Amino acid sequence: MSIIEVNHLTKYYGKSRGIVDVSFNVEEGEIFGFIGPNGAGKSTTIRLFLSLIFPTDGDAKVFGKDCIQFGPELRQEIGYLPSEVFYYEGMKVLDLLKYSASFFKKDCTKRLHDLAELMELDLNRRISDLSYGNRKKVGIVQGLLHQPKLIILDEPTAGLDPLMQHKFFNLIREENKRGATIFFSSHILGEVQRMCNRVAIIKEGSITEIKDMKTLQKDQYKKIRVTADGLDDDIFQVEGVSEIERENGTVSFFFKGDINTITGLVSKETLSDLTIEDLTLEEIFMHYYE
Amino acid sequence: MNIYMHEIKAKLQSILIWSGSLCVLILVFLSMFQVFSAETAMVTELMASFPEELLIAFGMTDMDWSTILGFYGLVFTFVQICLAVQAANYGVGLVSIEETEWTADFLLSKPVGRVQILTSKLLAAVTSLAITQAVVWASSFLFLNIFREGQELDAKTVVVLLLSMIVFQLFFLTVGLAISLLVKRVRNVLPYSMALVFGLYILNAFGSLLGEESLEILSPFKHFAPSAIIKHAAWDWPLMMISVALTIISVIASYMLYARRNISSAV
Repeated sequence: MSIIEVNHLTKYYGKSRGIVDVSFNVEEGEIFGFIGPNGAGKSTTIRLFLSLIFPTDGDAKVFGKDCIQFGPELRQEIGYLPSEVFYYEGMKVLDLLKYSASFFKKDCTKRLHDLAELMELDLNRRISDLSYGNRKKVGIVQGLLHQPKLIILDEPTAGLDPLMQHKFFNLIREENKRGATIFFSSHILGEVQRMCNRVAIIKEGSITEIKDMKTLQKDQYKKIRVTADGLDDDIFQVEGVSEIERENGTVSFFFKGDINTITGLVSKETLSDLTIEDLTLEEIFMHYYE
Repeated sequence: MNIYMHEIKAKLQSILIWSGSLCVLILVFLSMFQVFSAETAMVTELMASFPEELLIAFGMTDMDWSTILGFYGLVFTFVQICLAVQAANYGVGLVSIEETEWTADFLLSKPVGRVQILTSKLLAAVTSLAITQAVVWASSFLFLNIFREGQELDAKTVVVLLLSMIVFQLFFLTVGLAISLLVKRVRNVLPYSMALVFGLYILNAFGSLLGEESLEILSPFKHFAPSAIIKHAAWDWPLMMISVALTIISVIASYMLYARRNISSAV
């Protein structure tokens, strides 16, 4: 079953573009990456899921139901961690989390304390006294305390130190193993690469590509570096090769196609070094945004 | 219920400050009645020394400050201004504060509908206003009895006057709310609530001054003018119905606007 179905979703803010004709599905149990630069429409899409804003055209369904018509019912099972966390400044952390828990039918008390302990969050402090990183932790706990079936993360790791990021990702993986579907929006490609099964790339309000993480990396470009004395980079002027760079006797380039073409070419040379790598998501990403 | 309780807690300090200030205001003013009642001639002279236009504009022409009821009418005009500012503040800030402080994302991503949110918030605001009004009732009767200088007190008229607070504050609460939902983003509550209260106050003042009924017809300061209520010992029902009608329209408009409101994001 598709957990999220997005059909021709379009949002304009007055005349300025939010997203245009966005369609995709997120399947049950997936960790779905949603990547794009700032202003591409990632947050707009998420805010439409949560009916914080209303679409100009098209619709989105969560758990098979329209997310505006059945909003309150659906949100019983959605956990949301916004990119910027803002809470009632005068409240104590524990009171805020209890207030958050009071909206859900389940009893969240135990989970609340477990999560706070795991994230090393001091429950007795006031929100106004918290650092950015600690506020983010409050956000994580309030987003997960009701053990939602769908977890929506909007650039979740900003402000967390590497140790906490590690803990956070483990937590998300555990939730995923428990059966939760994760919608992970980010512009930090490394974390998407580590976490996600599938990824959608959004650019200027439209989806440019939806790919399996593995196909995106493996069936795509390879990064090849060849080091040899007196190497003439002209020999690599064949189909599938791009971005040739030459530096101190090393030629590097991207290649897409049958790898035997390249091995055939280099077999005639006396090599001192040869590396063939998958492109990192970063490099793929740069490629899509050129 | 959880939103209602949260709202009441958030307003508690404000309720205490408004109620306390109103109590002190009534105490201080009524304690001065002693001077006014003893020096009737002086008061008449004082009144005569003001330009007539000024007295008309502030609705003080029909008041006899040497009687306890007439003097209370004067006190009540100040009480009304405070009540109007309080109600307008609560109205304009009711949902806009969540948007200025970016907590709307937290609240609206919870499994709760917008009708329920708005209803809970309105009920909490009405409760807060009711508490303030109860304090005004108690301090009015307490200090009227202490400072009436042996004069007879027409309790029925005081009750009619005090009951007018209900519609009066509901008007400013709901009109303030509707205004806050008509604008894209309220950055600061005070300019809106002050403009609403003093705009309508000045409208009434100018209306009285120019004898222009069409101006003052929209102002609750006219609909619930203390001098008129005291004079007739009753409300002016047709005028009051204008306030009631505007309140109902504002409530309906607010629900419609809030149901489809786009909540802007912090980034």
